[in-house]
Amino acid sequence: MTELRTFAVLVEDVPGVLNRVASLFRRRDFNIVSLNVGRTHEVGVSRMTVVVAADERTSKLIEANLYKLVNVLAVEDITSRPSVTRDLALIRVGADAEQRPAVLQICELFRAKVVDVAHDTLIIEIAGTTEKIEGLVALLRPYGIREMVQTGAIALTRGADEKMQLHEKASREAA
Amino acid sequence: MSGHGQGETGADAIWTTLTEEGVDVVFGYPGGAIMPTYDALSRHSTHHVLCRHEQNAAHMADGYARASGRVGVAIATSGPGATNLVTGIATAMLDSSPIVCITGQVPSSLIGSDAFQETDITGVTLPITKHNYLVTKAEEIAPTIREAFEVARSGRPGPVVVDITKDAQLGHAPRTEPGPRREARRPARPLTDADLDAAAAMIDRAERPLLFCGQGIVKAEASEALTALVERADLPVACTLLGLGGFPATHPRNLGMMGMHGEAWVNEAVQRADLIVALGMRFDDRVTGNLATYARGARKIHVELDPAEIDKNVRVDLPLVGDVRAVLERLVPRVAPAKRAAWNDTLGALRADAEAHDVLRIPDEGRLLGAHVIGDLYALTGGDALVVSDVGQHQMWEAQYYKHDRPRSLLTSGGLGTMGFALPAAMGARFARPDDEIWVVVGDGGFQMSAPELSTCRQEGLKVNIAIINNGFLGMVRQWQELFYERRYVATPMMGPDFVKLAEAHGLAGRRVERRDAIPDAVAFARQSEGTVVIDFRVQAEDFVYPMVPAGNDLADMIRRPRGGAIQGGESRS
Ligand SMILES: Cc1ncc(C[n+]2csc(CCOP(=O)(O)OP(=O)(O)O)c2C)c(N)n1
Ligand SMILES: [Mg+2]
Repeated sequence: MTELRTFAVLVEDVPGVLNRVASLFRRRDFNIVSLNVGRTHEVGVSRMTVVVAADERTSKLIEANLYKLVNVLAVEDITSRPSVTRDLALIRVGADAEQRPAVLQICELFRAKVVDVAHDTLIIEIAGTTEKIEGLVALLRPYGIREMVQTGAIALTRGADEKMQLHEKASREAA
Repeated sequence: MSGHGQGETGADAIWTTLTEEGVDVVFGYPGGAIMPTYDALSRHSTHHVLCRHEQNAAHMADGYARASGRVGVAIATSGPGATNLVTGIATAMLDSSPIVCITGQVPSSLIGSDAFQETDITGVTLPITKHNYLVTKAEEIAPTIREAFEVARSGRPGPVVVDITKDAQLGHAPRTEPGPRREARRPARPLTDADLDAAAAMIDRAERPLLFCGQGIVKAEASEALTALVERADLPVACTLLGLGGFPATHPRNLGMMGMHGEAWVNEAVQRADLIVALGMRFDDRVTGNLATYARGARKIHVELDPAEIDKNVRVDLPLVGDVRAVLERLVPRVAPAKRAAWNDTLGALRADAEAHDVLRIPDEGRLLGAHVIGDLYALTGGDALVVSDVGQHQMWEAQYYKHDRPRSLLTSGGLGTMGFALPAAMGARFARPDDEIWVVVGDGGFQMSAPELSTCRQEGLKVNIAIINNGFLGMVRQWQELFYERRYVATPMMGPDFVKLAEAHGLAGRRVERRDAIPDAVAFARQSEGTVVIDFRVQAEDFVYPMVPAGNDLADMIRRPRGGAIQGGESRS
């Protein structure tokens, strides 16, 4: 069954590594929904969170193929693991003085923050699951969304994550 | 080597590191961005073979690698030199052949400026290499080349490109001793005894089991282990094209090649089997035909080093991920000794029936067919030659009629099907196997793609025997036109030069053969001659590779060899 699946991928922070991962997904026709990459607490190690639309067979192939990339250090399909997933969005929404209270009320419901106020627009910051952001966007749409930017999901599993910690140990030993 | 206080130059470091890696021959072509490295070669003893096109340098490195199991090395300049390597790299990639290609790059200060002969070759080769590197500093050269070799040969082997800027070649770097090897960080799921017991139980229970011998058997040097399994449990074996030689062709349990041009009884065995144990192969579409109807009655065990091959094309019941030899060695003692007379007799009967119609049994009536040439070459060389085949009809006849009993006795471009591969690959193989008899089996089309390398043969004093199966056509494409495009022979009739004279123009010997009874003399002449010999076998123009599973058909849905003494191809229609 095709569903959204989330992969955590630790990679060496070297030039071209994003290109290699993206090229793999393109070449094998794996369908990326979102891809986020950033630093970790370890020097030289980046972490990617990749959300793909895939069935179980495909997600195994994705994991196996990622491991074939020399710069990939660890891969985990965390879809079915208890985890914390967050997406960050900035939304510029139309809101004049009259509409502002209603928009602010929506923000409160979603625990979104207003980070900029202009004459007839607001910038709203929201962190949460993709669904939560979609929910907020749906409610804001009638007010007129002027601009929006979203990071794509980042995720950590709850509790101890063996696989990713194994890697930490290995790299400390190597260092 | 350099006598500089700051150590050797980057260019010298390239050669020093290659020497440390055991490389004594490289195949290449010089140019501006790699000139410091060529200049430095004057101070090193590595032998350099000047090919006539960089694609052939890559094929030579590939042929060397396939013939030896060691890493082959090609070298080229930036821009067009590097892009000319691309087909050779892709060829090595699809057949998991370990080569390292070193390319020159424009000085690092010019990267990104569209400088003269600048091509982003790491970008271009990203999807067709196992890994690649751009090196911009002299001190990174030695460690990068060491790592490149390790990546190329470890695990499932493959091609690696090391792109080195001109300033890195010219810079100086302290000599470094080889450091500790990069450790594999993959959490390999270890195979448990339970996995192996399960596999053994499946084999024990099977009534119609069939083993598949893929190239993994050759690469893992698992032939003995495979033979032990076959003989313990009386199991029949089918081979992929690249698996030929992995299990002796003349072993009574070897059925032969499977797939699009596999023998009929082999494909029937696949479709009738109740258990398939696939060893080091990847269920290529040329092997399976229509996936929906492929081996439906068989449970499947897949023994494979690369986990990315598991369930890629064919869903399997039991994957055993690991080195094929290691897995087999643990599996064999668990399998119960057995005799499987009924199943093997059934297969034997299918085979006898089909073999009775084999073209080699039909009087030739003065005709010369590709199958005759290969069948007779097999007999005349006692099956002992290293054969390097190109791509087309002749490749399939080679696979069918030359019986390979030893691993690495057939080299061919299986995955990419690269015409023009055979001659340069054979030349590379010559350096790996100086004492073996080497035959190139090539079509008139593929030969014309690689013919300039005759000059390299001459310059290097290389000895390979070249059998051109000359049908005046791009024969395999013509076969498809005859079958699927109502004989509209668009762009397949092909003229060629006088190949005998062409050989002579290169200072080599040539012979022409037009009748089957002239084959032995020509082969004897080639075997006795010191240098490279070209034999132009003028075979029947319109001929067929039988049997054939049309692309996408069910595996059992084959076009069979005509019965009743009919000769093949166009002749049978007139
Ligand atoms: C580089 C390349 N171009 C095109 C093809 C497609 N192709 C496959 S077989 C073939 C015909 C080969 O002709 P020839 O070398 O004369 O061999 P024959 O089939 O006649 O034995 C062609 C064109 C290919 N495999 N490789
Ligand atoms: Mg031809």
